[in-house]
Amino acid sequence: MARAFSPKVVTANDLLEGDVIYQTEDDRWSRELSEAELITDEAHAQVRLLDAARQANKIVGAYLADAVDGDNGPEPAHFREDFRRTGPSNYAHGKQESSSQPRA
Amino acid sequence: MYRYSEFDHDFLTERNAQFRAQVERRIDGSLTEDEFKPLRLMNGLYLQLHAYMLRVAIPYGTLNSAQMRQLALLAEKWDKGYGHFTTRQNIQYNWPKLNDVPDMLDALAEVGMHAIQTSGNTIRNVTADHFAGAAADEVADPRPYAELLRQWSTDHPEFQFMPRKFKIAITGSENDRAVIKAHDIGLQLVERDGVLGARVIVGGGLGRTPMIGKELSEFVAFDDLLAYLEATVSVWNQIGRRDNKYKARIKITVHEHGIDAIRAKVNERFLQVRPQFKGADMNLLEEIKGHFAPPAFRQASIASFESAFTNDPVFRSWVDTNIAPHKDADHAIVTISIKKHGETPGDATAEQMRVMADLAEQFAYDELRISHEQNVILPHVHKSDLPAIHAKLKEHELATANIGLISDIIACPGMDYCALATARSIPVAQEIATRFEDLKLEHDIGHLKIKISGCINACGHHHVGHIGILGLDRAGVENYQITLGGDATETAAVGDRTGPGFAYDEIVPAVERIVEAYLELRNSDEETFLETYRRVGMAPFKSALYPEAQANAA
Repeated sequence: MARAFSPKVVTANDLLEGDVIYQTEDDRWSRELSEAELITDEAHAQVRLLDAARQANKIVGAYLADAVDGDNGPEPAHFREDFRRTGPSNYAHGKQESSSQPRA
Repeated sequence: MYRYSEFDHDFLTERNAQFRAQVERRIDGSLTEDEFKPLRLMNGLYLQLHAYMLRVAIPYGTLNSAQMRQLALLAEKWDKGYGHFTTRQNIQYNWPKLNDVPDMLDALAEVGMHAIQTSGNTIRNVTADHFAGAAADEVADPRPYAELLRQWSTDHPEFQFMPRKFKIAITGSENDRAVIKAHDIGLQLVERDGVLGARVIVGGGLGRTPMIGKELSEFVAFDDLLAYLEATVSVWNQIGRRDNKYKARIKITVHEHGIDAIRAKVNERFLQVRPQFKGADMNLLEEIKGHFAPPAFRQASIASFESAFTNDPVFRSWVDTNIAPHKDADHAIVTISIKKHGETPGDATAEQMRVMADLAEQFAYDELRISHEQNVILPHVHKSDLPAIHAKLKEHELATANIGLISDIIACPGMDYCALATARSIPVAQEIATRFEDLKLEHDIGHLKIKISGCINACGHHHVGHIGILGLDRAGVENYQITLGGDATETAAVGDRTGPGFAYDEIVPAVERIVEAYLELRNSDEETFLETYRRVGMAPFKSALYPEAQANAA
């Protein structure tokens, strides 16, 4: 039996700002991981990644990142993604400046 | 200081205009990211975890006050008010916007600076001894030669698509402060029978396969050096491996072919290349040397220095750690610590940059240096000016007296910024510094270099730290491996791994156990950590680090 597909979100960096963005179900790019579309089907994930890749004049480097279903939307499955959705730990820069996302 | 010629100005203006157009074409969709990426990297623009990052070259680590002020302006106008000085004597801006980068590059060009070849498979910024031109122990100032290498390597048509990046470091002293044995090519200026030349080291490097460089030639006269280096890079460009990027650096080529075979190939190639160098390079070198003529060192009494040294213990402590001998006995070399306890190693605010620029202009013949250890240097200071400099530094949190001590830590940006990182390094450095500051043990411990990298690429030079720390991702959590006994100087050595790694919250206590063991083991206060390690070996440190393993074995 094939290994179970672990849920994913499509994430990238904004072309102009360079900051971390997430693809939403209604085809927007959000700065908040919690608003991302949590994808649980492998074929659908590939389709959504292709959707992202077509927006080359808006985004850079789209990829599928592992995520888990949390109380308030998707949560990171790995500490790298936790840093990406928050910002650096030495200054309250990045998303910590604009978002309510507290450092875990 | 090297002053740009009309050619340099025109070259840079044209290059910046090209990049501005490339950015516009990327934004309007005419260029894909795959097309744009190599172009932006050629101009020092990376995309990291949270934002773009612009890496600006500080050739051989030398700046004047106008350049430092311009770096401050960039930090303030287009970034978040600070810059990060790196282990390659560069400065990185962590938060630029793509739209702003062409303006940033134009602003840099106004003061003769750029970001060219700070990335990509090219010959990177040539690094040098940060005490160059000032050190009491040097044969000659290596910077004119470093500038010649910069001009030779910039846009060199043969060396734009090499197997991998290529790093050259140069020193004029036997005491190696430029880590020449951990570079693709390391040059040590030497004089033989009244002729200046260089000892050429090749095949050093850190990263996933750390290697100490080997001697390619014990002496190449300046007349032949550029041809010899061109031959060396050319041999590697031809036979270096392009099938596997992890085996592409010249250290692997040297390792696989053997230094004797490489030397034979270089000598053969040198004979072909040499006739192309008809002396224009030596004329240019003579001209460049004029740009680096030492300032007219002023004569004055040093009584005020001696009085402050006797009467002010804080000043004395700072002088004891942060001042190095200058070739002129009444002058000193000042290292300004960018490592205040608890702060990010190498980060300076725009205001601090301006303060350092002002001090350089007022007291230091308008010169500044950036060290690979992420500090800033005023290379020429008359000793009578040291009290005033110290007072000013204190006002701006720049007077930390910790050079060469346990809190003078090299740390790469790690996973707080870098897309390649596997773990954080900055907070580990911050916590180690804070911990030993709390213990008030730092001066008692003495000379001890901790170097931290957040991945195996080793930007934090962990292999050559007396204590090296490497952050890895082990099954989805940060894990830190420790090495001991590394050495970045003329007696370069790669550190030995202690054993299993430590979790994020275990790494600071682990370092503390190592240091406690050292304090117990040393045979006098004068015996440094490295000397003790070399005398007693790994075993006693291992028992201090892994008490459970000892208990289980017993």
